[in-house]
Amino acid sequence: MKKMLLTGSAVGIALAMMTAPVFADEDADLLINGEIEITVRTDAPPHMENVDTIYSGWVFRSTETQALEMDDFENPGMIFVDDAIEAWETVEGTEGKSCADCHGDPDGMAGVRATYPKWNEDAEEVRTIAMQVNGCRTEQMGAEAWKYDGGDMLNMEALLASVSRGIPVNVAIDGPAQSMWEKGKEIYYTRFGQLDLSCANCHEDNYGNYIRADHLSQGQINAFPTYRLKNAQLNGVQSRFKGCIRDTRGETFAVGSEEFIALELYVASRGNGLSVEGPSVRN
Amino acid sequence: MKRIMTLACIATMASAAFAETAPDDVAFTQYGELEQSLSGQPGDPEAGKAIMVARGKGNCIACHQVTALEEFPFHGNVGPSLDGIGSRRSAAELRGIIVNAKMTFEGTIMPAFYRVSDFTRPGDAFTGKAADGPLSPLLTAQEIEDVVAYLQTLQD
Ligand code: HEC
Ligand code: HEC
Ligand code: HEC
Repeated sequence: MKKMLLTGSAVGIALAMMTAPVFADEDADLLINGEIEITVRTDAPPHMENVDTIYSGWVFRSTETQALEMDDFENPGMIFVDDAIEAWETVEGTEGKSCADCHGDPDGMAGVRATYPKWNEDAEEVRTIAMQVNGCRTEQMGAEAWKYDGGDMLNMEALLASVSRGIPVNVAIDGPAQSMWEKGKEIYYTRFGQLDLSCANCHEDNYGNYIRADHLSQGQINAFPTYRLKNAQLNGVQSRFKGCIRDTRGETFAVGSEEFIALELYVASRGNGLSVEGPSVRN
Repeated sequence: MKRIMTLACIATMASAAFAETAPDDVAFTQYGELEQSLSGQPGDPEAGKAIMVARGKGNCIACHQVTALEEFPFHGNVGPSLDGIGSRRSAAELRGIIVNAKMTFEGTIMPAFYRVSDFTRPGDAFTGKAADGPLSPLLTAQEIEDVVAYLQTLQD
């Protein structure tokens, strides 16, 4: 944790206690419902040049926020999973089918979330999980696409994440996905906006540090969708990206844009080895 | 009547003599210093203090710990503590760092507070939309002087 380990132990923590609103237990381990083991810290994948260890954002949250994710009855994000189970079984569209008709039980999707975004051979494109769900809705069901990062989509994403919890993120970055991955990497290191800040400036150079009251994480997306206490709803990956670019006094990209798909692929690959953790709880 | 005329006359002359330096006209020394006041006027340390802590202004404590500002909560630690900075750095150095810290610290994360060009996808403040028209600097010339004056009060 570079800076954090060096200054973190003595100076940093003294400072944090003096200035930060709540204190995070960065050494805590995450076990959900007493049975699902979540890898919240592990060796960085080989493609990451500047970071040795990767951490889930959970590690940087306050003890209280951390606790909410340890029990499904406490995790407000799980309510949306129930809504999605209903949607999973609901027949929609001209083909008269539900997700369940083709895919059976949602548990059959275990492991799928961990591999997205991924290259889709037929469509010849990199698809986020949201794009794949909409692919099924429009091409398989004859139903209308759900709004990207809208409520129905995030509920379904929460369900798909929940059945993969504990499984390591394993996104492919080579083969046909490579050019999108490179594009995403370039965006990650580009300084945007009038504050002239890249994702890396905050989430690679300064994780573990505080910006005002915000305890910076590595900006990982293994735990999406996230239920944020701040807005009391599920939040999608690309909406989060949008918020972070907006905060640089920059012009954001659109949710669902090619740039954000590329960035999502790249950021997901920085979490290869962490567990799928969504729906998670964040502040 | 005569007195008022003279005063008005002096005031006009003064502002002409101390014209404000526009962001694109700022000329750094090779070490990133700026010798001249940007506004032509001295800074007000009390105003500078308010700018240091205001989220919509300098928000310097987002990244810097300052013991003298402890009454304003949540100081970040992305940058070094500014305690005693007035003893360590000259006004010219401080002005240069606030105007564009990259001239002193290559590649720094610290934003340039008096710069309006050469950004990638600059936005319309914090709306996430594209900027429409020329950008305003994050702080005005006088606000920079006020912050410089405040930092000079931070002595060891
Ligand atoms: C008519 C059958 C059919 C229906 C209905 C259907 N799908 Fe699919 N789904 C498929 C097929 C076939 C594939 C694999 C082909 C592909 O990659 O497009 C697939 C793939 C997927 C995948 C990716 C699996 C992987 O291993 O990458 C997800 C996630 C998914 N579907 C979710 C859904 C959801 C959610 C619904 C309901 C909103 C749904 N599907 C409805 C047929 C269906
Ligand atoms: C000015 C600093 C800053 C920049 C630049 C920035 N972020 Fe963030 N980001 C934050 C803060 C603060 C948070 C909330 C605390 C945390 O999780 O780090 C956050 C949170 C996140 C999260 C949520 C993590 C979680 O576990 O909930 C993701 C994902 C993220 N950022 C991605 C990005 C990406 C991608 C970029 C570049 C487009 C970016 N950020 C740029 C400050 C920044
Ligand atoms: C986004 C974080 C950030 C913000 C906001 C910020 N700074 Fe900085 N500042 C830094 C960092 C990091 C450094 C250290 C330079 C480096 O090596 O990058 C620094 C360095 C400095 C220094 C030099 C310190 C020394 O010991 O030589 C001064 C003075 C300073 N900042 C003043 C300010 C003032 C005044 C403001 C508000 C108008 C401000 N900073 C806002 C991050 C920030």
